[in-house]
Amino acid sequence: MAKFVGKSFKRVEDPRFLQGQGKYVSNLQRPGMAYVAIARSPHAHADIKGIDASAALELDGVVAVFTGQDLIDGGVGQLPCGWVVPDCKIPERWPVVPDRARHVGDAVAVVVADNPYVAEDALELIEVDYEPLPVSMGARATTEYRAQQIHSEIPNNTAYSWALGDEDGMRRAFVEAAHVVELDLINQRLIPNAMEPRACMAEWDDTMEEMTVWTTSQNPHPIRLLLSGFTLGIPENKLRVISPDVGGGFGSKIFHYPEEIIVPWVARAINRPAKWVATRSESFMTDSQGRDHVTNVRMAMDATGTITGLHVQTWADQGAYLSTFAPLIPTALSITLFSGLYKIPGIWGEMKGTLTNTVPVDAYRGAGRPEASYLLERIVEKGAQKMGMDPIAFRRHNLIPADEFPYQTPVAFQYDSGNYQGLFDKLEEISGYGDLREEQKSKRAEGKLWGVGVSGCIEASGPAPSAVAGSLGSAVGFWESGTVRVHPTGKVTALTGSHAHGQGHETTFAQILADELNIPLEDIEVVHGDTGRVPFGMGTYGSRSAAVGGSALVRSATRVREKMTKIAAHQMESRPEDVYFDDETGNIRVQGATDEGMSFFEVALAAYTAHDLPPDIEPGLEETAFFDPSNFTFPNSAHIAVVSIDRETGEVTLEKYFGVDDVGKVINPMIVDGQLVGGVAQGVGQALWEHGIYGEDGQLLTGSMMDYAMPRADRFPQIETDRIETPSPTNPLGVKGAGEMGTIAATVTVANAVVDALAPLGVDHVEMPFTAERIWQTIQAHS
Amino acid sequence: MYPPNFNYVRAGSVAEALSLIASEDDAKFLAGGHSLVPAMKLRLDAPGTLIDIGRIDDLRGISYGSGDENDCIGPLTTHSTIASSNLAAALVEAAGGIGDPQVRNRGTIGGNIAHADPASDLPTVLTALGATIRVENPSSARNIEAASFFTGLFETSLEENELITVIAVPREGAGTGSAYAKLFNPASRYAVVGACASVTVNNGVVSRARVAVGGLTPMATRCGSVEAALEGRSTDAINGASAQVASDVGDDILEDIHASAEYRLGVIPVYVERALQAACARAAG
Repeated sequence: MAKFVGKSFKRVEDPRFLQGQGKYVSNLQRPGMAYVAIARSPHAHADIKGIDASAALELDGVVAVFTGQDLIDGGVGQLPCGWVVPDCKIPERWPVVPDRARHVGDAVAVVVADNPYVAEDALELIEVDYEPLPVSMGARATTEYRAQQIHSEIPNNTAYSWALGDEDGMRRAFVEAAHVVELDLINQRLIPNAMEPRACMAEWDDTMEEMTVWTTSQNPHPIRLLLSGFTLGIPENKLRVISPDVGGGFGSKIFHYPEEIIVPWVARAINRPAKWVATRSESFMTDSQGRDHVTNVRMAMDATGTITGLHVQTWADQGAYLSTFAPLIPTALSITLFSGLYKIPGIWGEMKGTLTNTVPVDAYRGAGRPEASYLLERIVEKGAQKMGMDPIAFRRHNLIPADEFPYQTPVAFQYDSGNYQGLFDKLEEISGYGDLREEQKSKRAEGKLWGVGVSGCIEASGPAPSAVAGSLGSAVGFWESGTVRVHPTGKVTALTGSHAHGQGHETTFAQILADELNIPLEDIEVVHGDTGRVPFGMGTYGSRSAAVGGSALVRSATRVREKMTKIAAHQMESRPEDVYFDDETGNIRVQGATDEGMSFFEVALAAYTAHDLPPDIEPGLEETAFFDPSNFTFPNSAHIAVVSIDRETGEVTLEKYFGVDDVGKVINPMIVDGQLVGGVAQGVGQALWEHGIYGEDGQLLTGSMMDYAMPRADRFPQIETDRIETPSPTNPLGVKGAGEMGTIAATVTVANAVVDALAPLGVDHVEMPFTAERIWQTIQAHS
Repeated sequence: MYPPNFNYVRAGSVAEALSLIASEDDAKFLAGGHSLVPAMKLRLDAPGTLIDIGRIDDLRGISYGSGDENDCIGPLTTHSTIASSNLAAALVEAAGGIGDPQVRNRGTIGGNIAHADPASDLPTVLTALGATIRVENPSSARNIEAASFFTGLFETSLEENELITVIAVPREGAGTGSAYAKLFNPASRYAVVGACASVTVNNGVVSRARVAVGGLTPMATRCGSVEAALEGRSTDAINGASAQVASDVGDDILEDIHASAEYRLGVIPVYVERALQAACARAAG
């Protein structure tokens, strides 16, 4: 049956991308279009005493200038937060601030002009009278009593406190512990930097009172819902949101952004199409950012090195406002993973979501799970050191055994399936782990700093059972829709509520359907990203598309097959149970019959001509299903990184990288390998280079590619990947998420390798990123 | 990223370029556009007129000298051309480490040195190699030693209406070698610190050493103390000589989010030593 699933078909979307024919928002034009540019606060915190736009308005080609108050008077609403944990205080957030800016880049005025050059010229002529205010910075420091209040309604700049687990069990574990290890660590601020900057275009049809918005979103339907219900007020049936080709998201394009409100509002106000495209500088100061956790973690062990307890306290910097899903990331996507791959009876995680005068922080590839794996795998590494055990042996000693699935952790999640010992078996095999340790011995004997880092990581992907999400604070459900439309000619259009912005859904979803429907790959067209064409769907994030979106399509396809079976049986005067889809001929045939049966096309046509259908069968051949998963899926991994450190300069070189992942069944191995390797590169980026740095005054010091170091291909060795497959029982495809596992694992793997390299000097922790200077200073301090 | 309005004229010859720079208000030459254009897009620079010299073929390419003659590099020669040339080894090495392939295919040596970014590689290399920079204005021409061409942070001894027309670099004869060693800024790939050495070695004795460093000082800086500590001695003296760099770089050490002054001062001897070792190895053939 599986002629397509499991095979590495080349991506059908690539020819258009490689030939520069992708349809990105910034490529799109509408007749008579005006251009929007946005005046942004140069201050991290300032009252706006007045805005003088008179000089800008005099410039030839300027259409209008709007202030925050103009938008409020014109009916815009505040940006809502879509994930509200108990007692969460949600700060006021307007698309254009009317009276106070709270981070560098906050929108303060909107220029509309006939072309983008004039729009930027006009920006320079807008005079904003700012009265700068003191700022509050630092995830933990911002909660101190002397700290500057950022929102008067939110005391101590603390938006929420959340905790999960077994506090008594944790306390008992520490009381009874034979050994305790502890670390203070920082998971630094990251800036996502998708290749395509955000963009938005809107067109208002004044006679039909209909709005079309093109936006670079990972999830156009939720954006339409928010625009309609909260921010713009145009009814959903009069509002179409299109996310065409989108050049990368990594989470940063999930959220509802001010510009998505400003641009359609302007288009209606001036009754002209309007467009805004972010400059890279704007991306740096307005795209929601990632990570930024300050953590204390303690781990209790018995005398044999069995982990018995874990206590984590984290302060999560959420920036100046709560972005769309911000409170979800440190809570239900992070603390819930504190058990990792291990049996740990007493886990207690405490989280504070705090506000600072910085760009809002929200989901970024991995979203809460890299933060969990970082702190857990760092403290586990320290535990192994404390016990004098090999890091793999220590982990193996504590792994959840393969025969204990489904496994209920003390932090809410029930793991679906896994073979964690098997992961490490394969990892030791492909990395030649024993030889690596021998090599390390000889390098150390030569005085070289050479480290081998190990990690074993868990991920919760494929969000999520809607009822569970609701109980944890979600304002929305996390099912997915899928429509299979068989045309009278037998060609298929598949509509999915998932959204591809690099994932390759047009290929993988076609592979799934080609197997389900027994038709050629090229007969299937996958459509996504347009609320005018696709039934309501939740979009793509959290490595959910195959598990949830793919499963919805499987369900629709199953219904199509059932209907086709009935029609074919009727037409061939047979019983439905005797009819089958024949792999070899592609026809629909009767068991034991010698004739060729009916072709897929003939049955499809029969459904539409409706000349001779069974009495209980309606004409047409189209099915829509909504799949709400029964659980997350739990991909897992075991990785090794090898690094060398230049003792004289502190430069770190990644020498080798090995990753074994269990992402369940694999639909397209080439695409999965690409996602794993890309994920590893992104994770290594955090460990070695990336850091969104703010000055004490709230200025973003890494505001361009000249200062924010992205990973570059020439700094990487070959990344060796391999897999084991334990199918997930929670979806019909048996898949788990693949898009984030690499990122979740790689950061801490490299961190463990760097600490291992420095261990002979007596180093047991270094903060990321491992810049040459930081390592050099560490070496200086320990020699 | 849209720059403010500017006028654009294209010069067909050096003479035309020099006449235009004298007549246009607030004009700048445009070569590869890899320093000036980003600054304009960020609205940090807003020249009234750009005089595009990019198609003046006389200013492009390398003419190799023979014997003791210098190699002459046209200022429009791109980094990628230099990176695959037979010029002095340190220059080839440095040009190949600038930015990324796209930058190297557009960026030019003339534009690079006129911009005089303290973190740029080529000023350090040209200073160590003892290059001469020929500049012309509408009425006269003069030659400037690289060591006195760079005068400060983004400052050169170029005067108003002057255009760089030739960069002359000594040929490396037998017994002579050069090398460039740098710590890459992981974001921009500019030098956090960079060191260039050019040496002549006879029978294991360093008879001539020229060393320059950049990235940590406001401009490329020649290292007389290192040179003095090495000249006339065997290559075994490299380690000790390299440590002398501290007395060459002065007190004005640059500091930014990528590296403190302490770190730059701490590691510069390492890069000087690596450049010297590699240069001596090349000199030995």
